[in-house]
Amino acid sequence: MAANIAPASRPAGRPVDRPVDRPVDRRGILIELGGTALVVFALTVSLVGFHIKDISGGITLDLRFVDVASAVAIALVVRGWTILMRHGYHRVVAISAAAVAALLVVSLLFGGAGVQPWLPFKAELLQWLLAVLSAGFAIGAGLRISRDGRSGVAGHDGAALDEQDALMDRVGAHVQRNSLWIGGVLFAAAACFPFMPGVNLQYLDIGVLVLTYIMLGWGLNIVVGLAGLLDLGYVAFYAVGAYSFALFASPDSPLLQDLGLTEGISFWLCLPFAGLMAALAGVALGFPVLRLRGDYLAIVTLGFGEMIRVTLLNFYSLTKGPDGISNIPPPSLLGYSTQSKMDEETLQNTTEFHTAMGWDFNQADTTILLYFVILAMALTTNFFTVRVRKLPVGRAWEALREDEVACRSLGINPTNTKLTAFGFGAMFGGFAGSFFATRQTFVSPESFTFIESAVILAIVVLGGFGSQIGVVVAAFLLIGLPEIFREVQEYRMLFFGGSMVLIMLWRPAGLLAHREPTIRMHGRKGRGGRAEADRAT
Amino acid sequence: MSEAAAGRDVMLDISGVETFYGRIQALRGVDIEVCRGEIVTLIGANGAGKSTLLMTVCGDPRAAAGRIALDGADITRKPTFEIVRMGLAQAPEGRRIFPRMTVRENLQLGATTGEEEHFEEDLERVYELFPILRNRADQRGGTLSGGEQQMLAIGRALMSRPRLLLLDEPSLGLAPMIVKQIFEVVAEINKTGTTVFLVEQNAYHALRLADRGYVMANGRIILSGTGEELLSNAEVRAAYLEGGH
Repeated sequence: MAANIAPASRPAGRPVDRPVDRPVDRRGILIELGGTALVVFALTVSLVGFHIKDISGGITLDLRFVDVASAVAIALVVRGWTILMRHGYHRVVAISAAAVAALLVVSLLFGGAGVQPWLPFKAELLQWLLAVLSAGFAIGAGLRISRDGRSGVAGHDGAALDEQDALMDRVGAHVQRNSLWIGGVLFAAAACFPFMPGVNLQYLDIGVLVLTYIMLGWGLNIVVGLAGLLDLGYVAFYAVGAYSFALFASPDSPLLQDLGLTEGISFWLCLPFAGLMAALAGVALGFPVLRLRGDYLAIVTLGFGEMIRVTLLNFYSLTKGPDGISNIPPPSLLGYSTQSKMDEETLQNTTEFHTAMGWDFNQADTTILLYFVILAMALTTNFFTVRVRKLPVGRAWEALREDEVACRSLGINPTNTKLTAFGFGAMFGGFAGSFFATRQTFVSPESFTFIESAVILAIVVLGGFGSQIGVVVAAFLLIGLPEIFREVQEYRMLFFGGSMVLIMLWRPAGLLAHREPTIRMHGRKGRGGRAEADRAT
Repeated sequence: MSEAAAGRDVMLDISGVETFYGRIQALRGVDIEVCRGEIVTLIGANGAGKSTLLMTVCGDPRAAAGRIALDGADITRKPTFEIVRMGLAQAPEGRRIFPRMTVRENLQLGATTGEEEHFEEDLERVYELFPILRNRADQRGGTLSGGEQQMLAIGRALMSRPRLLLLDEPSLGLAPMIVKQIFEVVAEINKTGTTVFLVEQNAYHALRLADRGYVMANGRIILSGTGEELLSNAEVRAAYLEGGH
């Protein structure tokens, strides 16, 4: 945590080797502290200060100015510590931060947030975060003291940062190099997860959700990470996939009724169709707009995402508009239905899987099935991306991201290359969309707002453009953690935003950004491969 | 010019080409012919329009007037990638290698238009021309020195087995030793049957290497002749050579 905080407070362009004994600029420090307090106050007063409570018989306004004051006080203390660190008072920081951390930890262990009145927030998680933050400061300052003691020189702030950045770079490179091994472990963990002791339905649901976003992240990674096309409307393809499936699978769908069918088409039959529809949507969008570059492309894709949502909302005769389409069946298994309850009529024609196996129906079993379906789908996406990077088309995507002019002068058709990237990315978005529909058993345009696109993009950006394992890590951070910490619901988005800001300051290229060579395009066996990869860096 | 080309096999025929950047006219009716098997050089001062001409041949920017033909086929209005697929390759100004990709990956991208069976053979040929690239095969393009990057840019262009190679200032920013080395390789490439059109500011080296040369100023061709003729031309000497090399 301290590692994340430090660069946030580093003013740009400050010389690295500035002597410590320079006269302290009291006015500057006061302005800095005042500014910090003002910013934190402005940010928190409306969001935290006024809380609308929804109680039976109406809503009431809950004023929480104590929390605002705590937030300002904490920000001031942290800022104070960074200022002290900057001016070389490491000992003061080490002692005070250690004291605060110890106080918080002791209070939390003996009594918890609800009991101890001096703790700043009611939510226990936040207290723990504060404790970790202070401990981080204490450790950071302690390390600085010990290093200065050894080298006899004080205050090399920038050098430490560079060291730390180099460290993360090495971690990134290391992760990429050993991705096969790490991927294997992750896969084994993912495959065992549903059967581990202590895993209940809630955790399984979170697992399914995280995997859905991992798949979406990997799909978008093709477009953004490999081809370098900023797509702000990825959710459109997710929506197209979801509706393509819902319209053919749900008995409530107007389309199915128009076609005179009473029974929906199975998930497995619809899946390729949904992917195809999404890919077509991707190509249809891409064709006119891929001449645009950078920001302009981002704007158009943003607009396209909204267009799809608004169309779904208003095309009532087909999509039932805001009412959505319900009754979407779960995926069948080996030809058997996995639904829990069916009306008598359908029951006569189909057999349920649990009946066929002689089991009792159990909601957890259905969730486990969903879990493995999305796991397989996500892995397929990953496999595709890893393989395609080694093929000419994948190589061309990456080259296009690096230098479009050079690509054209090498005979690469930029429009077609971008279109394939867009189409493939959209296809995987569509697959994920049909999974979403079958899992929720209900789709409505509500689920496909811009914020979804933003979250998926955030996963890709935080993970590091083009890094497959980075996407997994980021999906856990952005989707898994907030779900697990539902109890601090009101601070979730704060945490989300905060971590985004910190990561962008600390690792602007993404957590695990590091591009490993893909070795060769026209492989001849025997030569190349592994050995070359090892020599590469 | 026409008598010079009479009876000869014209490969690249540029006639009356005009190019604009917005409202600024960069080329004012340029006529150049490059015959099969030749090395032709285009020299001129900064901002004369040399690079613009090379880029216009590649279709970006498009010529506003005039006609460009490659082996008789009109390429004036074709998109860049199609022109390249017709057997022309360019080592562009500023090299434009892919810095985050390895040397080998850069070379592979050069082979985009080529056929797969040739790949190993062509790679071997590039490595023979530039042995340093073999040692650097798994290094990122961005980590190479300027001279090595230039070699990579030329090597990458050769990977598509071009009939016509366009080089834009390969000597730019390089040490004299490296310039000499690169020009030797260009001569070697030419001997194996590739026609070379070379744009240069380093007039002395370029004219010594070339069969024929053109001199450009303010978007017009002001002089042309064989390399030796131009080298001994008083005007050329005064403008581009005195105190030069």
